[in-house]
Formats: sequence, C-alpha cells, structure tokens
Amino acid sequence: MRAPSLLMLLTAAAFAVACGGRSAPEEPAPEPTPAPAPPPAPEPVDDSAERERLERERMAREAAERARAISADLTAMINFDYDQAVVRQADQATLDRKAAILLANPGVRIRISGHADERGSDEYNLALGNRRAAAAKRYLENKGIEGSRLEVVSYGEERPLNPGTDETAFAQNRRDEFEVTAGGDNLTAPQ
Amino acid sequence: MTRTTLLTLAIALLGSSVMAQDTSQVRDGVRIGVDYTPGMRPGLVVVPGTGIDSVRAMVRRDLDFTDRFEMITVADLPSGSTADRGSTEPGTSGVNYQLYKSLGAQFAVELVEGSGGVTARLHDLSEGKLQSQKAVTLPSSASAEFRLEVHRLADEVARWASGVPGAAASRLLFVSGGRVYRVDSDGHDLIPLTPAGQTALSPAWSPDGQRLAYTQLGQGRGGIVVQTLSGGASFVVPGSQTALNITPTFSPDGRTLAFAHSDERGTDIYTANVIERCCAQRLTVGRFADNLSPTFSPDGRRIAFISTRAGPPQLYVMAANGTDQELLAPFDYGATGSTNAPDWSPDGASVVFHREVSNSPQIFLVDVVARRVRQLTSSGRNEDPTWAPDGRHVAFISDRSGRRQIWIVDVETGRVRQLGTPGAARLPSWSRRLGRTTPVLNP
Repeated sequence: MRAPSLLMLLTAAAFAVACGGRSAPEEPAPEPTPAPAPPPAPEPVDDSAERERLERERMAREAAERARAISADLTAMINFDYDQAVVRQADQATLDRKAAILLANPGVRIRISGHADERGSDEYNLALGNRRAAAAKRYLENKGIEGSRLEVVSYGEERPLNPGTDETAFAQNRRDEFEVTAGGDNLTAPQ
Repeated sequence: MTRTTLLTLAIALLGSSVMAQDTSQVRDGVRIGVDYTPGMRPGLVVVPGTGIDSVRAMVRRDLDFTDRFEMITVADLPSGSTADRGSTEPGTSGVNYQLYKSLGAQFAVELVEGSGGVTARLHDLSEGKLQSQKAVTLPSSASAEFRLEVHRLADEVARWASGVPGAAASRLLFVSGGRVYRVDSDGHDLIPLTPAGQTALSPAWSPDGQRLAYTQLGQGRGGIVVQTLSGGASFVVPGSQTALNITPTFSPDGRTLAFAHSDERGTDIYTANVIERCCAQRLTVGRFADNLSPTFSPDGRRIAFISTRAGPPQLYVMAANGTDQELLAPFDYGATGSTNAPDWSPDGASVVFHREVSNSPQIFLVDVVARRVRQLTSSGRNEDPTWAPDGRHVAFISDRSGRRQIWIVDVETGRVRQLGTPGAARLPSWSRRLGRTTPVLNP
C-alpha cells in the first residue's frame, strides 16, 4: 500500500512539473530593449548572475500571472434571468471557484454588487439588485464562507455595463459584480 | 312668467351642481359626492384687459389646467365689444354678460390691477351677477413668491366656480442626472435641491411642503435624507444609516417616515419618527421577498405597498402598524405584469401605480373599496405616477415624446399635457397645495 501511494505522489509531482514547465515556452518573452551598439570584442564572462536574474523575473512574472488568474476568478461576474435573483446552473461553477479561493485566502473580503437592466421600475430594481447580491452571498455562505467577509450592495439599474437597449445589453446588465475589498495581495491558489 | 320660471330652475340646477362638489369628502376612505361628467363642463372666459398680462395669462392657464371648464378664447372679439368689459368698483361691473354668454360662457373671470396687487372677480353669467371677488396683495414679480401667490388666486377662482380648488399652487420634485429638482406645477422656476455629482433618488414631499426626503445612493448603499427646502439643513433618518434604503414617504401628519430597508435578508418596510428622530420600527418580514414603496392613506391609518411575496411585484395594503396585510390590486398569477410605484390619492378613494403591459409600464388606478382596476395610459412607457393635490390629476414619467419627461393626465377625461424639463426626468413627486407658511430652518 505504501509503494503505490508514493508512486502516485511522484507521478502527480512529475505531472505538476511538466505542466509548470509547459506553460513557460508559450509565454512570449518580452522584447529586449535593443542594445545601442554591440561590444566590438566579446570577452568570456560569467553570466550566471544574469541567468539567475532572468529566472527570478520569469518566476515573478508567473506568480503575478497566477495571482491575476485567481483574482479574475474571484471577480468574475455572474448573470441572471429577467426579474430573477436565482443563481443559474451555469454560474454555480463560477461561484464554486470563488468559494475555493476564499477558503484558501481567509484574509480576503469581497463586496458583491447586484445590478438590474433598465426595464422594470427604477426603485424596484434597487431591491432586485439587492436580492441578486444576497443570493450570491447565500450561495457562498453555504460553501462555508463566513458571511462577515461578504458585503452586499445594490446599484439597481444605475450602473449599466452595456448602455445598449437590446436583449444582449440587458442580459449583460443583469449581473452581480465581485470586488475585493481586503486581502487581495499575494493570493494563494486554492487546493 | 315662463321665462322667469325657467331661469329660476336653471339657477337651481346650477346651484345644485356646484353644491354637489362641496359635499365631496372622505369618510373612512370612501368618497361621497359626485364628479363632473366630461362634456358637462361649464364654459369660462377670462376677460381681456389692460396691464397685468402675465397675471391674466397665468390665471387663464391655471384654470385651463384644472380640466373643469371649457375655456373660451376671446382673442377674436370685435374691438368695440371690449370697451366696457371692466370696472374697478366692487360690486358693479362693466363686463358684457350678454356677449360672453352668447359665446357659451357660464362664468367670466375678471382680473383688475389694484394698488400693490390684483382683484379677481367671478361673474356668474347665468345669474347675471358678480358671484365672488377677492383682492390680493402680490409681491414684486421678481420675488420667488410672486408666481405661487398668483397660482393661489387662480386656485381660489376655480373653487368659486366649481366648488373644488385648483392645484396650481403646488410644485413637483423629480430626479434628473442624479439630482433632485423642484419645479412649479406649470413648469416654471426649476431649481436643483441636491448637489451635483451625487446620486439622489425617490424624492418625497412632506405634507406641509417644507421638507423633502430622498435616497442618497453611494457605493451601492444609501440612507434616507430629510432636508428642508429653505436652507437645506438635513439629517439621515434613524434606521436608514446602514445598507440600502429606498422609497421614502411621509405620513399625512408629517411625523412618520415610511421607507424600505434593503440588506442581505431582503427588502422590508420600516417607519421612523422624523420629529423626535427616533424609533425605527419594522413593519414587514419578507424572508427573502421584497416589500417596498409604501404610501399612506390620507387618514394615516393604512399603507399600500409593493411586495414580491407571490412572485412578481404586486400591490398590497396593510394597517399602518404592519398588521392585516392583504392584496389590494387583483392580479392573475403568470398573466398580470409587475406592479410598482403606488401613490394613494388625496381623497383616499384610489391608489395609482404602474403595471407592465406587453413589456411596457402603464399607469393604472385601483378603487380602494371596489378593488376595480382601470388603465389610464397606453402610449409609450409610462411609469412612477404621483397624485396632484386636487385628486384629479396624476403626473408620471413618459417616453412618448422620445425621452423621459413629466406628463400630467386628468383621470376624469384622459386629457394629457407635458410638463417640460430641460433634461430627462424620473421619479416625480407632487406636493400638497402649498400654503403661505413661515419657512422652517431645521428639518
């Protein structure tokens, strides 16, 4: 029993390394600033310090990218059907990713803002937006997130994402936005 | 002999129709009395004269806007016939009764310039006599009070002739570009009341016309601000300091403010004492359903409001303490559109609201006793109705002219007019009749 689990671990580790290694070549290296003039007589130099610096930069870049991806998951919007405040099936995965990130980063707090399209009563839409934000909060609470980390606000129809007046615009405007209000630096990837 | 009898009869009939208006009253929310039937409006002429043209034009328009008279235009009178139209002597008049009678007028309104003011006289042409008159002192036409004072005189003339005062001496609040504006009922004197760069919503008048309440939205939250119209001093209503608070409305005695408080538990209706600035109290328990847009009956004993307890928002009513909640405007589940923005009429008889019909809001009335629903508009998007103080007109927002503007409908005849504003307008609120009161400095 011991050997197979060790083997699985090693396999997983190798896989992780492979994956980590794979992404590096896909990333186009930034265009180096063209040197004004090449040195006429190249001398043999020890470039290990330079290689180390480049490696550090590459790792920092990757870390920043991972943080950006986590942050993007954390702030991805969800949308709603007309006059509805029920989290749609398709958006549950979006909220599940947020829940995982929030569990991995206990210092993070977010503000959920509910929005409505311009149809319907101006005032009712504020209540509807509030219900939409509250629905996302309840979903995350059911996934184990402490409610005090999730602030609920509503803008009703006051802040449309798309100023259009067709169904495409309306569908985009019926949404919850998620904004990190604390602990957004050095995000840890979820397990 | 026969002619005299007929005249007496005519006077008696006329007298009874005027008397019928005077019997209009509210008794436990039920209106007793009769309304004019469209087509039976008495003819009224504002007699041409010299000087005070602006006053005459205002009074004429105000009387027209009451929708209680057939306005008779006399611009085309033969030149000689106006020579003897007026006299400054009270009780004696040079108004040519026969001429105006022949034009179909039952009433002639005479406006005569006096020292520092104007005298209004109402002549009953059927009876052939001066019926009522009143002299008022007018402030300088540059004064902010000038127009309101002329409107008050016009409202009084309307009362003499119809038994019901006009609603000209009143103002509306509305929102444009995130600011609350105030405008006279005839579209004059547009003034911003809240600062630029903020988002104010849902302005509401206090019954005495001295204060307004509104939602100040910021960062998806907002308190209910009560502000004096003169001076602008303000405070945030107790119970509305946290989360989002919307749709404020004053009780008829001006002591209580009802509003909706939105937080993660949903949206529910609260009241607070705005005189003592205390005692926030919850009236509804939504349990994830929304309850909002409260509006008091004129006796202060009941509150109509919107609730999503049955799914889409619909109109309900409850006692002012939150008990006895029941449906007010009947609806067919799955068929009737969303219902919002109720406003209880000043006479207590009906509640006006908007309801979605074929994806477009339209203005409706529900009779509070009979629970019958009547549609008032059908052209364009029409929403957020508010009663005029005469209980006969309703202002609302319509896009029928292309962009959102304030329109006014006479609920008796269906006649509409536009109250033009420079920008797009939303969320109007019509004041009660504005009396001459000393401005208060603190809200």
